[in-house]
Amino acid sequence: MRASLAVVLFSISAAALAADAGEIKVVSGAAHIERGSVRLPARVGMPVQEADRVVTGVDGNVGITFADNSLLSIGPSSTFAIDRYVFDTTTHAGKFDSTLSKGTLAVVSGKMVKQSPDAMHVRTPSAIMGVRGTDFVVRVSDH
Amino acid sequence: MAVLVVAVMVALAIITAAPGETVTVLPSADGHVGTVVVQRGETQQVLHEAYATSLSGQPELTRLSAEQVQSTYGGALHALPARPATFLLYFITGTDELTEESKLELDKVLAALRARPSPDVLVIGHTDTVGDPEANDRLSAQRAETVKSFLIGIGIPAERIRTAGRGERELLVPTAANFDEPRNRRVEINVR
Repeated sequence: MRASLAVVLFSISAAALAADAGEIKVVSGAAHIERGSVRLPARVGMPVQEADRVVTGVDGNVGITFADNSLLSIGPSSTFAIDRYVFDTTTHAGKFDSTLSKGTLAVVSGKMVKQSPDAMHVRTPSAIMGVRGTDFVVRVSDH
Repeated sequence: MAVLVVAVMVALAIITAAPGETVTVLPSADGHVGTVVVQRGETQQVLHEAYATSLSGQPELTRLSAEQVQSTYGGALHALPARPATFLLYFITGTDELTEESKLELDKVLAALRARPSPDVLVIGHTDTVGDPEANDRLSAQRAETVKSFLIGIGIPAERIRTAGRGERELLVPTAANFDEPRNRRVEINVR
């Protein structure tokens, strides 16, 4: 009994502590956020969190502003995962790891990369990209 | 001539539709070009020129044109959120009252908020180098909270405002330690 209560309390505090990584600012066409087993239609104003996946349809695009002012947008027919997002607003230390499994991605790096050049990585099926303060685009074609 | 045109079109089709992975560095809004390091197994490629492009399976870097980038990435690029707008506010020394110029700046903050679809605000306090760094962390956080209450007062919902205190880590005007510099005692607002 005591143990199960502790589990409940812990999961509540963990949920409360899971700070939002960013917020969806742009949506067009069909796009979803996959959070665990839940699939939510992407909407402007929706927060995104570490471990979320952004999945777009053939006409779907999603733009996200992250806590450190990184800007990312996911193009049509894409799958993009936020693997890890940590950002300290006082020190600007942080870690931003993400994966583009397929489709297209545009990135404008933010404050954490200015603080530490090794803070941000984007993975694709065959590569790891280290981001040193720049704008760039990535495409993963599955055919 | 016609053969050349066809050859160029075929080459373009290969670059824009080839299976595999493509990474291209773009010039940023202010023209600055940064660096992306692409690691594939043991191979590392460094992209640091505008439109420099890494293609999977090709050891040599190539270069896309702006038109090729637009045709491949138009959807994603169009969906990039607007760059955060930055405003600086200053206090009359020794008070928590904004200077006259800064009161006018608040109107610009409101205009920037109205121009965005789902605006949120980050309020960031900064100090000069007078005093010890830990005290300046607290002071900068307090300044940010003060400005947050101004913003709530002019109608911005509290849940759309976050605050941060950077202490003396990000001096607008670089100075030695313990230097009284009014331009460093500021609060920065990011509208996103």
